[in-house]
Amino acid sequence: MKNWLNPRSIFGITLITVALIALPFVAAMGGQAWVRIMNFAILYIFLALGLNIVVGFAGLLDLGYIAFYAVGAYVYALLASPHFGLHLPFWVILPIGAMVACVFGVLLGSPTLKLRGDYLAIVTLGFGEIVRIFLNNLNAPINITNGPQGITLIDPVAIGSFKFSGTTQVLGYSLSGPQKYYFLLVALAILIIIINLRLQNSRVGRAWQAIREDEIAAKAVGINTRNLKLLAFAMGASFGGVAGGIFAAMQGFVSPESFSLMESITILAMVVLGGMGHIPGVILGAVLLSILPEVLRYGVGPAQMALFGKMLIDPESLRLLMFGFALVLVMRFKPAGLWPSPERKRELQGDA
Amino acid sequence: MHAKLSIVALSVAAAFALSACGQKDAPPPVAAPAAPAAPAAKPEVVVKLGHVAPMTGPQAHLGKDNENGAVLAIEELNAKGLEIGGAKVKFELMAEDDQADPKQGSIVAQKLVDAKVNGVIGHLNSGTTIPASKLYADAGIPQISGSATNPKYTQQGFATAFRVMANDVQQGKVLGEFAAKQGVKTVAIVDDRSAYGQGLADEFKKAAEASGIKVVANEYTNDKATDFKAILTKIKSTKAELVFFGGMDAQGGPMTKQMRELGIKAKFLGGDGVCTPEFMKLGGEASEGNYCSLPGMPLEKLAKGPAFKERFTKRFGADIQLYSPYVYDAVMVMVDSMQRANSVESGKFLPEIGKTKFDGVTALIEFDQLGDLKGGAISLYQYKGGKLEYVETMGGSAIDLAKSEVKDAVAAVKEAGSAVAGAASEAGQQVGKDAAKAGAEINDAAKAAVAAGADAVKGAAEATKAAVEKK
Amino acid sequence: MDIFLQQIINGLVQGSIYALVALGYTMVYGIMGLINFAHGEVVMIGTLVTITVAGTLIKAGMPVVLAAMAGISVSVLVCIALGWGLERIAYRPLRNAPRLTPLITAIGMSIILQNLAMIVWGRNYLTFPPLFPKVHFELAGAHFTAVQVMIVLVSAITMGGLILLVYRTKLGMAMRATAQNPAVASLMGVNINRVIAAAFVIGSALGALAGIMVGSYYEIAHYQMGFMLGLKAFTAAVLGGIGNLAGAMIGGILLGLIEALGAGYIGDLTGGFLGSHYQDIFAFVVLIGVLMFKPSGLFGEKSGDRA
Repeated sequence: MKNWLNPRSIFGITLITVALIALPFVAAMGGQAWVRIMNFAILYIFLALGLNIVVGFAGLLDLGYIAFYAVGAYVYALLASPHFGLHLPFWVILPIGAMVACVFGVLLGSPTLKLRGDYLAIVTLGFGEIVRIFLNNLNAPINITNGPQGITLIDPVAIGSFKFSGTTQVLGYSLSGPQKYYFLLVALAILIIIINLRLQNSRVGRAWQAIREDEIAAKAVGINTRNLKLLAFAMGASFGGVAGGIFAAMQGFVSPESFSLMESITILAMVVLGGMGHIPGVILGAVLLSILPEVLRYGVGPAQMALFGKMLIDPESLRLLMFGFALVLVMRFKPAGLWPSPERKRELQGDA
Repeated sequence: MHAKLSIVALSVAAAFALSACGQKDAPPPVAAPAAPAAPAAKPEVVVKLGHVAPMTGPQAHLGKDNENGAVLAIEELNAKGLEIGGAKVKFELMAEDDQADPKQGSIVAQKLVDAKVNGVIGHLNSGTTIPASKLYADAGIPQISGSATNPKYTQQGFATAFRVMANDVQQGKVLGEFAAKQGVKTVAIVDDRSAYGQGLADEFKKAAEASGIKVVANEYTNDKATDFKAILTKIKSTKAELVFFGGMDAQGGPMTKQMRELGIKAKFLGGDGVCTPEFMKLGGEASEGNYCSLPGMPLEKLAKGPAFKERFTKRFGADIQLYSPYVYDAVMVMVDSMQRANSVESGKFLPEIGKTKFDGVTALIEFDQLGDLKGGAISLYQYKGGKLEYVETMGGSAIDLAKSEVKDAVAAVKEAGSAVAGAASEAGQQVGKDAAKAGAEINDAAKAAVAAGADAVKGAAEATKAAVEKK
Repeated sequence: MDIFLQQIINGLVQGSIYALVALGYTMVYGIMGLINFAHGEVVMIGTLVTITVAGTLIKAGMPVVLAAMAGISVSVLVCIALGWGLERIAYRPLRNAPRLTPLITAIGMSIILQNLAMIVWGRNYLTFPPLFPKVHFELAGAHFTAVQVMIVLVSAITMGGLILLVYRTKLGMAMRATAQNPAVASLMGVNINRVIAAAFVIGSALGALAGIMVGSYYEIAHYQMGFMLGLKAFTAAVLGGIGNLAGAMIGGILLGLIEALGAGYIGDLTGGFLGSHYQDIFAFVVLIGVLMFKPSGLFGEKSGDRA
């Protein structure tokens, strides 16, 4: 930790801190929607970091990660809404959500321990779908999840009487709901990033990397691959659970439609695009891939008008098309990701 | 590593800031209520109305249809050159795509709130309308939906939530009663596990069982499926007389086709989701004889219906898919409320919406305390000869029913009148032959025709009287 | 019991479609180790192209048989070109990339193809022109049509042809060699690029065929129809043991049967707790069950645990 205190890094850290604090106010000049979009970007950072533990550190291809997000969101919804009449505070529910997600992570991991690569992928994908379909159908005979209608009127995050939704006056400044959530999310994000960094450089992290590179060699060296794989799933899942809880509180409404296979795939794309296993890269991937479709939503229409004078193609169709192109192009020209870890870069160059 | 840290910091911050500033449509100035105009120039005010529907995805054809309805309304209003609150008003539509995804719906809703639209028309799906309604309610922006039928939308108790067609409680009830009326004793219910399909199927089930029909099977599919043979085979074994489907045309059409392929002879009944030209296209011959329901009265029977249909097809070169007349009415209701409040400010004309009494294309529009359409009528149709044929209307307000009966009566009188004219010209050709006989015949024919016409008018008048008294 | 036969027929036909598509997945995976996520979209393009070509020709008055042949040929050619293009442009440059990179590329291509289809063919559902005679059969209470019989036959013949190709021809031998060890195969004189391209081309042709079958069977098509179909077919391929042709075929048929029988009988078996609303996940549950006992699928090669 000593080298964190030199002037250069203090400058860097101060800069980041100032930027982070100023960001919601800058964004709000373009409308609260942008603050909301940033909040979703931070949620995706949580998810991408969680998946990074499974895919990036431990090398386990998980295509059903969204299931843990869904579990976290529904746990929050069930414990803080009129559905069951429970209204527990968020600092009780979030840990519960994380733990329930952990359990699901272990449940998912157990049957997959003997599976290799792409078999693992399809099983995890199946698991994601199983969770989603159960959530969609558990409204009879006992109504647990309220089925496709979803659960509405979920309590926002609140500390005492300070609610995070709606606008409040703080120290003479008026903070909107999304802006308050932003600060909460940034605080949690810093916590999660620190946890991830510590994990990466710990014995557990290195054991995961060993499993990723060569599982049999790892076993031969005495690493308990079974427990470590389960641990990877569980830890990754817990981040998803926390993110899900905050998502439920922010949106005030959850329904199974938000937890589709496409979401799982998008999060995987964020991890791979950013630079698998490299925490700054994963953060970059998450931010880019969540903000890009929104920028396209705002920009495609006016851009076409400016370039061609009329709408050649519907902005809505073009938006997703360009997203696909972005994926293909980045992977073509930067196969290790936009910001791979230095070791990976060396590996890739060494191979060719 | 440390130098990199600051570079990273700078670039990330720059990326964020750039993206935040990247959006290109800065919200234009809000339409403020004009001060009392100086006698010389009349100020102009731009009123923005938001419209949200899925423009991509499996229901994109319905989303486009909704948007067309709104566009038509806006164009007609602009052509009229209205003046509200002393200023000339120009209407603008902000059309957005929510992909039928609640998360996108919230993001788009926030975008509209930021742009300070004066009102929102939409969304299309109940699943996105409900979460978005909270955002509009918090911002005090009135929202009128032309297609979200889930009862929860208005049950949330938001002062800003309205809809201009009957909700699924009313629709399911009518469907159940209609099934009983058709003499059906056993029914198999299929729903597509979406918020709309499941809600409608549940209401239908309640109503059917209350009417004494036995539900012999509950099967499910999803809103992206194409193969229903497995569940249909199971339904076949229960020998149900009727298959009820809560879901959309994209599934309903192939479903009827596969029913016929499997040799299932049961009738098919569905809600507004399958009452579209798409259903007929996808079902082909198998869609013959199937029943479905639509909120409101059939366009042809409504005073302004056929005219609207003509204007729509002329403007867009496409058939009305489903909800465009309701969306059109929603826009009109909103503007009508602005006119009555003499202000385009959301806060000022919102209370007026609740007091609406607007004669729209789809019905005489009035709202109850929750924001639902008062006396929402549901009409039932049958697919015959490649077209939707009107069967009957149930559960409507008496005034609407009476109005349609008057219309029918007027048509009958017109027919009688032309019959007389025809008889007269025939008789005229017979002039010279049996003038006296011809004259007597004309007399009789005329008497009969006038009597028939009078009866019709009398009947209609009585119905109207009864309706007025009931009110 | 009276509907048992009908459910079997339903499952068999649906399964044959899955099998046809699964063959495409398994061919590419066997040689390259790549899950070609865009394969479902190739199937979709096959269907849509047939609709456009055959539909326009029929409307212009051509006899159905000729229009059908024209439609099928054009569709197969377009899909072959598409498959070849995918391999050349998107996957070949990534041969030495980390394993997940081609996967993300495939996903990106899948998105691109879906949205291109939406722009070209529109958002509405399209009706497939009736290319085959509508003949209806009845056997012991079960109904089926000529199209269904044809689907099962076409799948069987295709698989037979494919097995002949892989085990009796030089190209097939080259493919097997490449699948085992590309480096050594190239040392032995096999042109790896040509072999891989051939695998994509054949897989895409199969995809086009599957697309035509699906279109004829359900008579509708939509730009998003490929996604779920591709996913289920991939599940089928894994169930049978990915990389194994017979496995893909059997996996496909098995999947179809599980879905049909599951949707039909699960409700009764579990007393109404589970029902047809869970039919999409029966396949996954069975898959997980099978993989727990046979981690490489039903017929997958046991890649030994060698250090």
